Amino acid sequence: MRDVAVIGVGMNRWGELWEKSYRQIWTEAALEAIADAGVDRVDALYVGCMSGGLFVGQEHLGALLADQLGMGPIPGTRVESACASGGLAFRQAYLAAASGEHDIVLATGIEKMTDVDGGAATYALSTAADQEYECYHGVTFPGLYAMMARVHMHRYGTTREQLAQVAVKNHAHGLLNPLAQFRSKITVEDVLESVMVADPLRVLDCSPITDGAAAVVLAALPLKGTRRPPVKVVASAAATDTIGLHDRADLAWLRSTEVAAASAYARAGITPADLSFCEVHDCFTIAEVMVIEALGLVERGKGGEAAASGMTALGGRVPVNPSGGLKSKGHPVGATGIAQIREAVLQLRGEAEDRQVQDARWGLTQNMGGTGASSVVHIFGRV
Amino acid sequence: MIGSARYWREIPQRYRYEAAKCDACGKIHFPPRLVCSACRGTAFGKIILAPQGEVETFTIIRVPPTGFSAEAPYAVGIVRLDDGVKVTAQIVDVDLGQLQIGQRVRVEFRRVQKEGEAGLLCYGYKFVPVEA
Repeated sequence: MRDVAVIGVGMNRWGELWEKSYRQIWTEAALEAIADAGVDRVDALYVGCMSGGLFVGQEHLGALLADQLGMGPIPGTRVESACASGGLAFRQAYLAAASGEHDIVLATGIEKMTDVDGGAATYALSTAADQEYECYHGVTFPGLYAMMARVHMHRYGTTREQLAQVAVKNHAHGLLNPLAQFRSKITVEDVLESVMVADPLRVLDCSPITDGAAAVVLAALPLKGTRRPPVKVVASAAATDTIGLHDRADLAWLRSTEVAAASAYARAGITPADLSFCEVHDCFTIAEVMVIEALGLVERGKGGEAAASGMTALGGRVPVNPSGGLKSKGHPVGATGIAQIREAVLQLRGEAEDRQVQDARWGLTQNMGGTGASSVVHIFGRV
Repeated sequence: MIGSARYWREIPQRYRYEAAKCDACGKIHFPPRLVCSACRGTAFGKIILAPQGEVETFTIIRVPPTGFSAEAPYAVGIVRLDDGVKVTAQIVDVDLGQLQIGQRVRVEFRRVQKEGEAGLLCYGYKFVPVEA
């Protein structure tokens, strides 16, 4: 396997992009990444997208987007792993470059979620759970994470305020990200007074519905004359768990994240204590709490204290979600995993401006599908 | 949308609560599957799940999906049955403010959702509290 680096990144402002089409937001991000990389071709493209069919009535995305890119009949591959589609698309692009099959590969993610109404969007997202044995009974995604939250609170004493602190922190970070969907400061009181969606989770515990795309260019090392400093893909790992939450022995533990992270740390030869920052899948506040436990940043059951103590804030011991996370930056599901990697690259280049983590050396990204039935973990470092 | 064939296929589980017990290791799978996730066994016997259990976790759905709007708010939980199997289902005939982890429940056959104006009436299992 060859060493591989990310040599270019691209992303547009996320939000309700009613004036822009699916293909337009994707192409904008792709062209920006290609320009940032300074390359005149890509040999293949990968696109992470959860549900083009349900959100915009469009499948066959590899071909559609290769056509839009105008770089000839290159292979185009769509990768789907629910909300982890972007992370897994990046992993496939990485493997394509590392294997020697392709030299320059475009890895992208996209979701356009606001062309349909809230009910249809909720239905599309629910297809990441077990349709026959979870959704059939009327449970929603906030409901599934709420059930995980209730176990965590019951067993470890995690408080409602601690969950709220995750949202407060990520919104504070998102204020510093010009591309974030919700650039607004919120308080613990705002979270606790927001509308209840599925007890104990309120609307400000939830990531939003978003239109957006992101893209990165990967290339096999060694490189000569890259435009921007390359950032090395130090480790790539993925794992799965049961599709149904009820089939897990421990409802408050993300085994797929634990397994993928253990594999990534072993490959990278580092420990959680070496990480300068993490971009993690905070689709709900409880998700970030459970993810940082599974990544080994804190002990099992201690995730609730991290945001409240400042440990995971910018300036803390290991900033988590300096981009604003899914909560503030937005969560166009297929694009999320790629946007996390874009943030990691900017941080390691020292180009993250007001949200720059000082002396960033190692960055980890964790992207998760469903209630954690799939997880993808990458570790990045300076070349 | 739940088509009639898709609905009909699940009737043994939803109406009769049928599960598969691995001949090799004894693990119970609900719904039945072709390969045991514990031992990779491929031979199973048919069993009926335990009728009672306790609530391992739950939530109250206040923003319901399509097909459930008339029922919200309602409780959905994960119930650990007395045979060790865990299932997701609604918990009904309960004071939503009083429901707690550990509540003893038993299964009942109920209507679960109504598909559209003239669509399928969908039935299955729900749980109701059992007094201690």
